[in-house]
Amino acid sequence: MTRDMVFSRFERFWHWSQAALIIHLIMTGFEVNGAYEFYGYERAAELHRFNAWLLLGLSVFAIFWHFISGEWKQYIPTTDKMRAVLRYYTLDIFKKDSVHPFKMTPLVKHNPLQRIAYSAFNLMILPIIWVSGLLYMYYNDWPDIGMENVPLALVAGIHTAAGFAMLVFLIVHVYMIFTGKPLMRYLKAMITGYEDSHD
Amino acid sequence: MPYRVTLALLVGLILAAPGAAWASGTKSTADHGKFEQLKGPFKSGPEVTAACLECHTEAASQLHKTTHWSWAFISPITGEELGKRNVVNNFCVATATNWPRCTSCHIGYGWDDDSFDLSQETAVDCLVCHDTTGTYKKYPAGAGHPAYVDKTFPPNNPNGEMFEAVDLGKVARSVGRTGRDTCGACHFTGGGGNGVKHGDMDTSLIDPPRALDVHMSPDGEGFTCATCHNPDGHDVPGSRYAPTARDTAGFDTPSAVYKSHATCESCHGTEAHAAHPKLNDHTDKVACQTCHIPEYARGGFKTKMWWDWSTAGTKVDGQKVVKDADGYPLHDVKKGDFRWQANVVPEYFWFDGRIDYTLLNETIDPQGVVEINSFSGGPHDPTARIWPFKVMRGRQPIDAEKNILAVPHLFGQDEDAFWGGGKFDWNKALRAGLRERGVDYSGSHAFVESAYYWPITHMVAPKEDAVGCNECHTTDGRLASLSGFYMPGRDSIDWLSKLGWASVALALAAVTGHALIRVFFALFHKVSQ
Repeated sequence: MTRDMVFSRFERFWHWSQAALIIHLIMTGFEVNGAYEFYGYERAAELHRFNAWLLLGLSVFAIFWHFISGEWKQYIPTTDKMRAVLRYYTLDIFKKDSVHPFKMTPLVKHNPLQRIAYSAFNLMILPIIWVSGLLYMYYNDWPDIGMENVPLALVAGIHTAAGFAMLVFLIVHVYMIFTGKPLMRYLKAMITGYEDSHD
Repeated sequence: MPYRVTLALLVGLILAAPGAAWASGTKSTADHGKFEQLKGPFKSGPEVTAACLECHTEAASQLHKTTHWSWAFISPITGEELGKRNVVNNFCVATATNWPRCTSCHIGYGWDDDSFDLSQETAVDCLVCHDTTGTYKKYPAGAGHPAYVDKTFPPNNPNGEMFEAVDLGKVARSVGRTGRDTCGACHFTGGGGNGVKHGDMDTSLIDPPRALDVHMSPDGEGFTCATCHNPDGHDVPGSRYAPTARDTAGFDTPSAVYKSHATCESCHGTEAHAAHPKLNDHTDKVACQTCHIPEYARGGFKTKMWWDWSTAGTKVDGQKVVKDADGYPLHDVKKGDFRWQANVVPEYFWFDGRIDYTLLNETIDPQGVVEINSFSGGPHDPTARIWPFKVMRGRQPIDAEKNILAVPHLFGQDEDAFWGGGKFDWNKALRAGLRERGVDYSGSHAFVESAYYWPITHMVAPKEDAVGCNECHTTDGRLASLSGFYMPGRDSIDWLSKLGWASVALALAAVTGHALIRVFFALFHKVSQ
């Protein structure tokens, strides 16, 4: 059995802080949207704004780090082994002693499905949520940027839609953590940084 | 205004505040007790006024130009002729033919019929506003005169309220600035009793606790009415007929040029929430009063919410007057049915400052609710904000053939007076009332429901008691009835929510299904081993 450092300390810090912030943003966001009552609107909105700034700050660091380290290349979509990975999740995973066709290494951390999913997350969901969220936050300044005739419902709606996309992403992402063999393999890797090779 | 200038002004104001000229304790340069002219004795109010005018030469002519005197006001926005002598309300309905009773709240003497000469200088009542002794009271049916000899109200009724003969000389020698009590003598008891009309003004404001009115309380800022309604040459700013719905000028800084400062923004500016900047994002669309007056009639007195004239003239179980447990009349044979309420949550509407009254000759819909006044403004109107209102509702007489509001002759002993010789005969009372306003009564009457909107602007609570975000940003909150704009926490896009939650459910179903199949095969492999 070999141990490879796959996720660096910064990567893990970034991932788990982002996870906590996004989960809390989803909680507070849907409360502001009126789905349920937990904090009460005032506190929920306040926390949502505060968390949003933290996430933005974290993202600035993360983007900087990804570019400096070249790690951004991990997210370039590829079709290599895509069929095999899809086949694994839909069929092979149920078979006895089946092995994931993709081998995680420090140089290639994400399987082709992850690359597509994370790119969609980074290039679609996050930018939409940032832009719509910041506009939402600065609603009073819309006349200054020529947006006085844009209905708030439109921006709020886009932000909410992106929020739903985030929640769907989160559900599937959390489930996928537990598709490793053994069960805790991926979670362990993301916590300790080391991928235990069982092959 | 550039931010730095605003900041400088703000700091300046804070530094200047302890010595501000508007503080109520300003010392006068004259002791009226030493004036020869005021030695007296005086036999009547007008004699005192004549003495006042010897020094205050312009006072009467200044007052003659005001709504306080003329009871007439031409709306600068709609051009409508308003004022007490012109409007029809849903309390005692109208002033015409009822002058001596109504004009016990006029700042003059002797307005007992329509022929009153509004140009008389000595008919101005200086004392009702400038008394500091608390002994000067206008007699309720005295056309503005106080009691010169001891008498009760109602007259010759030993059970009535006693009005002692006023010592005019003493009052005249003690005159001073107006106070909460002098303004309140009329404004707190409008509609014939404490707190009846406004809802946000009653005698609890004479000496209010801080929780009731943070500005007027001696434990707060100790303001008098004139601190905000600062008169210029006896002209008092802050008209309810033509209010400022949104003050964009902000701080009213001390200057040589007279400025009225009846708006909150005059002192607080347009961005008053330094500790909670998000609240400043609201001030363009939400009036200060909306959040800072959580309820009106909070001073321990009820305000009248409903007046149904249609039951006037009838007794209930043989009783002329039926009262609730707190002593408020629920039925009065002279007036009909009442409803009263304390600690009332206002109703909220968009309001841009324009008010249209339903005046006497306007055709009304007898099946609908007649809006005594209505106003314009909406969420996309830059001059409009959400304002709190007391809505006075009731039922009042109309001319059923002409479909116009009718005005009854109520007060007096003559044979047409509803409360007098007319013995509750609506036809007599309405014919006489309408005749006085130059309208021929058709001979048939009916009752129509009406609503009268009163902007709420007094009884400002301390900030810790202001309406919180959650009371509006929620479904079924205070602003549930306002439509046409998207408000977070109250509104969501229904189809988007349905679609969104369906996607979430689908995602959950997919991962749960996948997990179950994995569990199933895992067990299957185990068993088949």
